[in-house]
Amino acid sequence: MSIKKLDQAALDRWVDGLIERKKVVGAAQRGDHFSFGELTSASELRLDYDMSILPPKKYFLPPTEDLISFRRDGGFESIFEEDPMVLLGVHPYDMFAISQLDTLFSEDNDDIHYRKRREAITIVASDVQTASEDVFAGCMGTATIDHGFDILLTKIGDQYLVDIRTEKGQAITMGFGEMPDATDDDLDQRERLWAENQKVLRKHELRPAVGYLPKLLGESYDHPIWEEKAELCFSCGSCNLVCPTCYCFDVQDELNWDVTSGHRYRIWDGCMLANFAIVAGDHNFRAAKSERFRHRYFRKGKYIPEKIGQTGCVGCGRCVSACVAKIANPVEIYNRIAEGKE
Amino acid sequence: MSTATVAQMDLAQKDIYLPDLATVTKVASMTEMEMFLEFTLDSGQELGHEPGQFVEVSIPGIGEAPISVSSSPTQKGMFQLVVRNAGNVTNAMHQLQPGDKVGIRGPFGTCFPVEEAMKGKDILFICGGIGLVPVRSAIDYVLSNRSQYGDVTILFGAKSPAERLFTDEIEVWKARDDASFYETVDRADETWKGNVGVITRLIPPLKFDPLNTICLVCGPPVMYKYVVLELWWKRVPNESIYVSLERRMKCGVGKCGHCQINGLYACQDGPVFKFADIIEVPEAL
Repeated sequence: MSIKKLDQAALDRWVDGLIERKKVVGAAQRGDHFSFGELTSASELRLDYDMSILPPKKYFLPPTEDLISFRRDGGFESIFEEDPMVLLGVHPYDMFAISQLDTLFSEDNDDIHYRKRREAITIVASDVQTASEDVFAGCMGTATIDHGFDILLTKIGDQYLVDIRTEKGQAITMGFGEMPDATDDDLDQRERLWAENQKVLRKHELRPAVGYLPKLLGESYDHPIWEEKAELCFSCGSCNLVCPTCYCFDVQDELNWDVTSGHRYRIWDGCMLANFAIVAGDHNFRAAKSERFRHRYFRKGKYIPEKIGQTGCVGCGRCVSACVAKIANPVEIYNRIAEGKE
Repeated sequence: MSTATVAQMDLAQKDIYLPDLATVTKVASMTEMEMFLEFTLDSGQELGHEPGQFVEVSIPGIGEAPISVSSSPTQKGMFQLVVRNAGNVTNAMHQLQPGDKVGIRGPFGTCFPVEEAMKGKDILFICGGIGLVPVRSAIDYVLSNRSQYGDVTILFGAKSPAERLFTDEIEVWKARDDASFYETVDRADETWKGNVGVITRLIPPLKFDPLNTICLVCGPPVMYKYVVLELWWKRVPNESIYVSLERRMKCGVGKCGHCQINGLYACQDGPVFKFADIIEVPEAL
């Protein structure tokens, strides 16, 4: 729609103005780390953050989310919990992940709990200013992004380019004074920054081409690496917990104190947890740690791509950092199974 | 957080997690572990299932569980489930009485190919234990449309005489002259006069045309490969073998991930699979 330009002070005024009118969530410092949370002032926003502990997925698929209310004597009603907000500072790889969830939750059977939440959120993406320790988005084609967001912010020198792409984006930029247009030179600089980010966001170097992963995994089902790595796995699910594309959930009922009414909610689950594939009678269809470990990498690198044509890993590197046993680096695993096949 | 409970649903925005109400119309204990339940939907509609599909049954406050529909869609105005008391929801279902309300979502998943591959063919049903429950929907369908199928053979294996299901119907099947029924128990007791041994032993003595027979197989996970092996000795092609697989279909709509069998979803790509389609899916059997 249009690309504008703001300096830091104008950006802060815009964010403070938004905070007065709407719920605004953004990346802020928490101790030694960064996380997404509700902002009370533009000064809290840290667009130079390297990585948030949890991905912004938590606003689209909350850790727990009510789906249905019920009465024990019969009667079910949908519960929708839209939470309108402006989400500030989503990095490109996380934006790719959100777009992937959009596809997965809408295709085949449209999940309107997800969709209503999604539609109520305006996403202001932000190009990465500081590379995190384990990011490898550059290898996954997710270091920069061209779609899915409502607005994209890119820092060029001491200015921010504000690339407004949707009506929703337009709506939150109105009423904040005249913003000057970006110049051709600004756009050239943005192109150079994108090229640079493709190179910089590669703390781990994936050797096989991303498009080759499904075939590579197909030939590696019995590779020794699954046993080797899983031997050290605690089945803690940390890799699932921090992953921007993991979306498996369990569904539970909770009765209210009156013992006649209650609600049904979904709660994040993880395929690395020991009981994930247990059925009644205690038969566990993925009882071995190595089977669960393999399943996760197959899902990211084969099953999801074969289902929707997008790789299920966006290269954020959160699992690499979060894994207690230091076995979860997808790049290390995919490189290893590619050995001798390049 | 602004929370809005929307009572009036926009029909264009169907909530895939919202159950419909159903009322229990009949209950009967089948064995120590298995309860027979009959339901009607409060909407007055038919369930609209095909043989082999499943529903998600909600017991408010306890939860939801995937349960195979045991009745044939040729039986109108109701549907039947048989549940083993094996978890929280099924335990609660064992307490149900006529008039009680439950939630139903579905039907979900693939069905036995009663209208396609099975038409005009000889049919061999192979059911181990509660594997008879989903297959019964296809048995009844075939027997209700008897002229459209060739020879019909039903094999049933139970762990013990006390664990045999649908014993009244078994007598009816046995008495029919247009179907053959053979059964065995793993462990006999003093009352048992029939075959003793695992279900696979019933297959070698059968005489059938392997190229004109469709086999439907359902039983405990351990059973499948041994049954398939016996069918291979009979030269039955993989294209003619259909299996119904159990997984934890938590959502039933391909989202929650629990029922995944490698890249397949048991709730959408299954629970009924053609064996030829899953022979290279290592997590399947």
